[in-house]
Amino acid sequence: MAVIAGSSSGTEPVVWRMALKEGLLAGFVALMLTITLVGFKTVPAAGGLAIETRFIDVGVAVLLLALGRIGLVLVREGNPLPVLPGAIAVAIAGYFIPMPTAFLSFFTVATGAILALRSGWALWRHRGQIASREARDKAMDVFSAKVQRSTIYVAPVAIAFAVALPFIPGLNDRGTVDMATLVLTYVMLGWGLNIIVGLAGLLDLGYVAFYAVGAYSYALLATTFGLSFWICLPLAGVFAASAGLILGFPVLRLRGDYFAIVTLGFGEIVRLILLNWYDLTKGPDGISKIPRPSFFGIAEFTRQPEVGVTAFHDLIGASYSGTHRVIFLYYLILVLALCVNAFSLRIRKLPIGRSWEALREDDVACQSLGINRRNIKLAAFGFSATMGGFAGSFFATRQGFVSPESFTFIESAIVLAIVVLGGMGSQLGIVLAAIILIGLPEWFRDLAEYRMLAFGAAMVLIMLWRPRGLLAHRDPTIYLNKPGRGGRAAAKATGKATEGAPAQ
Amino acid sequence: MSVAAIADTGQSLLEVEHLTMRFGGLVAIDDVSFSAADRSITAIIGPNGAGKTTVFNCLTGFYKPTEGRLGLRRDDRDFLLERMEGHDIARHAGIARTFQNIRLFSEMSVLENLMVAQHNRLMRASGYSVLGLFGAPSYRKAEALALEHARYWLEQVRLVDRADEPAGSLPYGDQRRLEIARAMCTDPCLLCLDEPAAGLNPRETLDLNRLIMAIRDKHHIGVLLIEHDMSVVMEISDHIVVLDYGRKIADGSPEEIRNDPAVIRAYLGEEEDEDLPPEVAADLSRNDSGSEGDA
Repeated sequence: MAVIAGSSSGTEPVVWRMALKEGLLAGFVALMLTITLVGFKTVPAAGGLAIETRFIDVGVAVLLLALGRIGLVLVREGNPLPVLPGAIAVAIAGYFIPMPTAFLSFFTVATGAILALRSGWALWRHRGQIASREARDKAMDVFSAKVQRSTIYVAPVAIAFAVALPFIPGLNDRGTVDMATLVLTYVMLGWGLNIIVGLAGLLDLGYVAFYAVGAYSYALLATTFGLSFWICLPLAGVFAASAGLILGFPVLRLRGDYFAIVTLGFGEIVRLILLNWYDLTKGPDGISKIPRPSFFGIAEFTRQPEVGVTAFHDLIGASYSGTHRVIFLYYLILVLALCVNAFSLRIRKLPIGRSWEALREDDVACQSLGINRRNIKLAAFGFSATMGGFAGSFFATRQGFVSPESFTFIESAIVLAIVVLGGMGSQLGIVLAAIILIGLPEWFRDLAEYRMLAFGAAMVLIMLWRPRGLLAHRDPTIYLNKPGRGGRAAAKATGKATEGAPAQ
Repeated sequence: MSVAAIADTGQSLLEVEHLTMRFGGLVAIDDVSFSAADRSITAIIGPNGAGKTTVFNCLTGFYKPTEGRLGLRRDDRDFLLERMEGHDIARHAGIARTFQNIRLFSEMSVLENLMVAQHNRLMRASGYSVLGLFGAPSYRKAEALALEHARYWLEQVRLVDRADEPAGSLPYGDQRRLEIARAMCTDPCLLCLDEPAAGLNPRETLDLNRLIMAIRDKHHIGVLLIEHDMSVVMEISDHIVVLDYGRKIADGSPEEIRNDPAVIRAYLGEEEDEDLPPEVAADLSRNDSGSEGDA
């Protein structure tokens, strides 16, 4: 293990040999990875493609990685003194030596600077290791617990910000509100999926099926029967819940991986039905001209309303603006999402919510306590699917067009990623994760092809540092000894009966 | 201890008749019949692999017995356990159990474990979640009652101070007692304890004896006990059933079992074999008795 402070001369060669070995290994891996990806580039040339070699780039990258690894190992093993001047030298060299590309110079300087900072920090703190993994995990757990506690203060601020968003100067352009609407759709889906994945512990890989059922329910009901959004919304929830129960029955006996695979299949089945049942769903053509929601049936968002229909801009006495509807849709999803949130928070504290969590922890014990596992699993499916159905019908009315392409497996994966990265069961974590996974990639569209790279890197980093999710912390749903929480009301209600034994 | 007297007063609560459980060719339980009286502690003992836990799994609906009848009488209602679903056995017939390897909801708090045990009552009170969602006063009252019930059992197992901690963070002995408390929170009429003293130190074992006897005497329910620790079995049992290789070899009061030659030979070991583990002793006696085991 760690060599203390590198003071004894006997251990120094060992450390250096170790550092050299790890450095060479890192360099070799880097060489293998970069030689083809970076080393050769096809460029259009007269009469076809020509190959351009960039071996200088490869050489610099490999050298930097090897040196960086050696430096890190030395710092880790308590020998940061020689690393600091070396790192500064690398940074200076990167600045002054001409490189083929500016990015390479930047990369070199950055490597030197990071290494210098790291070794300087280690020298200053007189110790090599940043913090052991356990200590860091513990610190993060304490942090998430604090965040969880502070939710009561954070949530109102966040909600107030969300409510005010369309009117904050600088943020109230159509693009931002549209993006916020998209993020909120995924927040709602995440909260819905959280019931089944986070609470009941059933890994559902086919959540998009319920989203699709909700979207098509609204699209078909609205275009065929001309029903309004406000009637279709609950109907879409009912249809999605039925789909949830239909899926729920066959998978009742399955657990773990098998369960996940069957739900994955269900998601694909729904998509394929939508794709192939041309008479009903118009297959790959999709359903277009889906009516937009009215302002609660009072007014329509149109420039020139038909006879007998009030236009929204007339209602509020303003001139027509396309952003009215965007803002209305934004508020609609905000309210829907908050309803889902309130519902999940509430149901978690009810017997059914507790039994879901118990099911996640140990389903054999659940049965021994007389809990009907079939019923509570189906309930989890039903509720979760209903939320997905609501989100789906919102999606349909927002887009005005649905096609099976919107309901591919990747959607399920993204929603699941939001739930898992956010920290299973944490409502706030899901909001954070949705902003990171949906908002940031949209925001950084300018990064073009690096966008997905950054997305992947973020996922890897979160999984490295927080394998249980960003804000994985569970608070009990009821307290016995903590006054001021759930226990207080209960203590008040039966304050006198404390001594009395339960009826037996 | 005047255990025999208590055993006589208790009415028959559980009747196991000709219970047989086969797993393919393996006969785990072979035609076992016994009964357990109300308000008494019935111990099932036997060497490892004798089929004790299988009996429990049949009783609590985890296995469907191949043959036999399992009758339970609760409040003058008769239940045929072999025909009921597992969760209905716990809910309607009132059989609660603990597990050999503790099965707590370890991420949930101690108190929540006990609240989950009262699921069915609370579920009805919450109007199957509809009333509960709107915070109906009737549900809040039911929850407060459930909380008091849980508090009572936490006091019985002395875990009130740790009620809000995750159950998984408790020390082993506390987890054992919490599992018993959780089982008792379902208001059972028969409590099945699967090796409750396993892994406990002598002080905790004494404590456990007191708890089990209190459950029998104060709550007037039957206890069915699987245990290897003879200090527990001989101390608190009113009635003992001895199984060996899936068969019942003896049945009686602790005194009778202690003096039963078959049991001494098969299980407790003969005088000179005192230092042998019971399994070895059982094997030896099997060889002595000759062509007995043909299953």
